[in-house]
Amino acid sequence: MPDSKHMEQQAMKNNRTNPFYLIPYYLWIVLFVIAPIALVLYFSFFDIAGNLTLDNYKNFFSSVYLRLTLSSFWYAFLITLISLLVAYPTAYWLTKTKHKQLWLLLIIIPSWINLLLKAYAFIGIFGLYGPANNLLASIGSERLQILFTDFSFIFVSVYIFIPFMVLPIFNSLDRINPALIDASRDLGASSWTTFTRVIFPLAINGVKAGIQVVFIPALSLFVITRLIAGNKVITLGTAIEQQFLVTQNWGMGSTIAVFLILFMIIIMMVTGEKGGTLNGKIK
Amino acid sequence: MKDLIRASLAIIVISGVLMYIVSLLEDTSSAGGGGTINVYNWGEYIDPELVSQFEEETGITVIYETFDSNEAMMTKIEQGGTTYDVAMPSEYAIEKMKESDLLHPIDLNKITNLENIDPYFLDLPFDPGNEYSIPYFWGTVGIAFNPSLLDGQTFESWDDLWDPTLEQEVILVDSAREVIGMGLNSLGYSLNSTDMDELREATDKLKTLGPNVKAIIGDEIVEMMRREEAAVALTWSGQAADMMWINENIDYSVPEEGSNLWFDNMIIPKTADNVDGAHEFINFMLDAEVAAQNADYVGYSTPNQAALELMDPEVTGDERFYPTEEMRERLEVYENLGLEMLGVYNELFLEFKMDMEK
Repeated sequence: MPDSKHMEQQAMKNNRTNPFYLIPYYLWIVLFVIAPIALVLYFSFFDIAGNLTLDNYKNFFSSVYLRLTLSSFWYAFLITLISLLVAYPTAYWLTKTKHKQLWLLLIIIPSWINLLLKAYAFIGIFGLYGPANNLLASIGSERLQILFTDFSFIFVSVYIFIPFMVLPIFNSLDRINPALIDASRDLGASSWTTFTRVIFPLAINGVKAGIQVVFIPALSLFVITRLIAGNKVITLGTAIEQQFLVTQNWGMGSTIAVFLILFMIIIMMVTGEKGGTLNGKIK
Repeated sequence: MKDLIRASLAIIVISGVLMYIVSLLEDTSSAGGGGTINVYNWGEYIDPELVSQFEEETGITVIYETFDSNEAMMTKIEQGGTTYDVAMPSEYAIEKMKESDLLHPIDLNKITNLENIDPYFLDLPFDPGNEYSIPYFWGTVGIAFNPSLLDGQTFESWDDLWDPTLEQEVILVDSAREVIGMGLNSLGYSLNSTDMDELREATDKLKTLGPNVKAIIGDEIVEMMRREEAAVALTWSGQAADMMWINENIDYSVPEEGSNLWFDNMIIPKTADNVDGAHEFINFMLDAEVAAQNADYVGYSTPNQAALELMDPEVTGDERFYPTEEMRERLEVYENLGLEMLGVYNELFLEFKMDMEK
């Protein structure tokens, strides 16, 4: 492991001395990150008739969009929390198994399948006459309406995001030097103390990365809100889609997107910076 | 690493071979050489056999693409990219495209089969004199329902949807104009209303429908109804016909207070490359036998009088799909309300989705 760190440092040094290699990177950043964000920001100042205005921002603070934001945050929070609760023990267990890479692959493979396909599969599974209800019926329960409920929405979202949560947590857990854990044990710490004082703080960056990767996209899910939640759950993503594709009010759509970007920056700051200092302390 | 390179190479080689085979196949099928036309249509909205028949008869190759909303179609035509030669928008979209100067005038002298069309569907307010558009299909918005899953409820009035016994049974189509329009109709207002008080009243009434709403979805409605997952759906007549084709239990009704009457029409975008080919295609689709076969396949109502005579009288006499002229009086055609009003409708629709009573 120290080898890889050394190589990383070496690579960074090389980059510094060879600005030529950075050109594609900068080009990419300017074309595909900065330019689109600038365009979104630019469009957010125009109303539907093309007049320069701040109305879109005023409109955002009307009750509909504020409540929409709150409900998006609530669902994204639930999805992230449940993903974390499932993914952490899974990742921990993965680091203990014999064929780590194989198990990891099995967890990651579902994320290669197109989101729409998975959503349609769940329509079948959760249907009134689908396997989930057949199972319920076989144990004598009544057939339940599973599809188009909060439950199905959160279940499917968690299912989709779990690989993205497991991966960073697994990586940071796996990177912990086992000697540290042995040391903790030798010095008389119980398993619980070892976990809370050694393992958890050392792997916290993986948890933070996982939260970022899950929470941010969860704020703007819109395919699942329609197919699985039947539009009874709506998120900021739904609103953006509608503004662009149906209303053709690019200004309002952009304004919502600007707020989404702001929320993301805040989340990155909250989950990012602390990680840095903590990491520094431990080092 | 070596394995990775080997695997990538294998994928590239296989893709290359497949592409070559496809290009060979395409070469042999376009032997005619009368040019090509790009047709841009709604999904599942033409009998594919007819496309092949057209290609054989004229030697023109048809490149066929589909869209799922008028708005998406207009955006794509406006931005260029692919140059479409024929497209099938709905009436209010035609008005809008006319305003934005996106349409090529149609030379009616070349459309000899126009005489097959019922005059009722010609010279309509959205396109006087059929300068830019030729009728393709028409239909209504109404309620598809499955009596075998219900306790004898019927749907003569929109208010029947609010029946408390229908808890969690009603699916709505995910489209602002249809749902808000239904709310307006149920209160006896016009579905083209621009009066904010009426719109507010309709939205508030819709919110009370919440407990009965099972979901608000798109084309998935057809599958849900076919599999008897839901008993009632607000939908278009053609989608209802699709459901009934598979599941004979399903029935369709247009409530008394009135509803939407819509027309989809063939147009030639301004950007068209092959205007002559486009005219030939439009004329071909109006042929009595072709239109009859197409209507049988698609399930929507054809405006083609000559075709109706060739079709099964059981279908053409079905007043649910071919309402009499008297019944049509109660129906309204969507007007182009302008972008701003469309924005208001969508905002209210969003509010309805947010605030549905649970």
